[in-house]
Amino acid sequence: MSAADSSLLRPKLLGRATVNVVVAVSVLYTLLPVLWLVLASTKNRDALFSSDLLSLSDFSLLQNLKDVFAMDGGLYGRWYVNSLLYAVVGAAVGALVSVACGYAFDKYRFRHKEKLFGLVLAAVMVPQTVLALPLYLMASEAGLVNTFWAVFIPVLFNPFGVYLGRIFARGYVPDEVLEAARVDGAGELTTYARVALRMLGPGLITVFLFQLTAIWNNFFLPMVMLSDQDLYPVSLGLYQWNSSASVSPEYYPVVIMGSLLAVLPLILAFVLLQRFWRSGLTAGAVK
Amino acid sequence: MTTTTHSRVPTGAARAASPAPSASGLRAHRAAKRRQLTAAGVLMTPFFALLVTVFLIPVGTAVYLSFFSDDQPGLGFGPERTVFVGLRSYAAVLTDPTFLGGLGTVALYCLIYIPLMVVGALALALLLDSGVVRLRALAQLGLFLPHAVPGIIAALIWLYLYTPGISPVIELFAKGDITIDFLGVHTVLPSIVNIALWSNLGYNMVVFYAALQAVPREVIEASVVDGAGPVRTALQVKTPLVRASIVMVSIFTLIWALQLFTEPMLLSQSSPMINSRFSPSMYIYDAAFTRNNYSLAAAASVVLLVCTIALSYGVTRFTSRADSEEAR
Repeated sequence: MSAADSSLLRPKLLGRATVNVVVAVSVLYTLLPVLWLVLASTKNRDALFSSDLLSLSDFSLLQNLKDVFAMDGGLYGRWYVNSLLYAVVGAAVGALVSVACGYAFDKYRFRHKEKLFGLVLAAVMVPQTVLALPLYLMASEAGLVNTFWAVFIPVLFNPFGVYLGRIFARGYVPDEVLEAARVDGAGELTTYARVALRMLGPGLITVFLFQLTAIWNNFFLPMVMLSDQDLYPVSLGLYQWNSSASVSPEYYPVVIMGSLLAVLPLILAFVLLQRFWRSGLTAGAVK
Repeated sequence: MTTTTHSRVPTGAARAASPAPSASGLRAHRAAKRRQLTAAGVLMTPFFALLVTVFLIPVGTAVYLSFFSDDQPGLGFGPERTVFVGLRSYAAVLTDPTFLGGLGTVALYCLIYIPLMVVGALALALLLDSGVVRLRALAQLGLFLPHAVPGIIAALIWLYLYTPGISPVIELFAKGDITIDFLGVHTVLPSIVNIALWSNLGYNMVVFYAALQAVPREVIEASVVDGAGPVRTALQVKTPLVRASIVMVSIFTLIWALQLFTEPMLLSQSSPMINSRFSPSMYIYDAAFTRNNYSLAAAASVVLLVCTIALSYGVTRFTSRADSEEAR
């Protein structure tokens, strides 16, 4: 494409300014609330209510940080560890399970395959609120209500991961590789573990990221299953603290500080793994 | 006819090249096939075990519970028994004004939220794809940032931005002599829409942007040569080409919107405008865990499930029909 052609593609100066203003306003819309959270986390309770965000006179970031981990006997640290366990371990196991299944859907032929796959896709549609009561009753039958497992087991289920896994298996693992491995006499599962899984790496990380975000966000299931505060994830804990804040305002600064800290792991994960999830978004969009 | 003969030739050639099909060869083939089926079974079993325990059985249980009820015979003495009540729970749910009110609220929420979300995200993606935006990568990152903020925390941030005394936004309005109550009777739904929009706009923009990047550049150049301006190119050339992702984003947005729970649940801590049965999901939670009426909660769940499936199916059918008409 020559320079003359590309100048044809571009709108006139006024249009260009409008486009930039619209995008800039949108970026401000998405960024400012996060910026408010950062600024508010440096304020003590009185400064918070005076809404004087930009003054640095009451800088109490460290005090808030100390407070959030000291509040209610150090519950917040516990919640944070719980969230990490639910999310990181859950997403890792869940991604492995889903991608293995998606791979089998792509590489093997068996009866009723597309019907089964349709069932998997239908599961994507079912609202979590519909499953919550039966899951609660089943967990209570099994004596699992108010335990780690009551939250951990259901979050492993990720039908969208199977859909992505199938797409990635088709894209990343050529059938010829499997044929070659078979000719060499390698077993099917050995081939999967030693060859295919390595090729599926980026896809696996994409599914992991999707599920990590979903579990870290999870709020409804823990709320239904857990009554012991020591088992809460951060999301449910902050919800609880916020409901206390209307009665005892000393909770406001710790809820804000706690919220800021709870955002960090996902931002870190997205920054570290960004070259993977981009491919995942495209795979999800192009059917 | 020609195709069958054509396809048979390579098969025959392949067979001639490999050892003649003997009984042992056939057996080896069957053994290989069996090994593959075993492998498929091993790889799929963990997922399907989960599918059965945390999906199929719960859905079945919900349907079962909706048709049965725990009735106490006599004056509450004697053992509880589970009796078949037919459609009684459904009748109770569908004539309950609070449930119908919740359905209406969510319907209104969808009508405001989904068009804003799809059009907004697509418009931003088209603008970023137009090639005139400065600092494009940075803009994308900024727009995407809220996706890393968990739903409950997004709701918390906005709740504080809606709270008089804490919110710099309300302060700003007050300076201009405008009093605004974000959690009032008419503003609370738009306020919830705003939270959801803020959380998901950037994510869906990235989905659209990725799809737009896959549009062949020749197609766009051709439309420019034909004299189409940048706006027409965006609306009449690029947009139809990313139709698949528009449908996908619409369906996912719809499914999530119908489950509306986290945001109103959190805002209800501070706003009397949100009662405990504000949305169908909140109604289910309230029925199951506050009122302990399992059959009512189950019937409401099944109604919500049927609505979700019907609407998603409707969107799919509607768009695929539009597709085939266009192809004609």
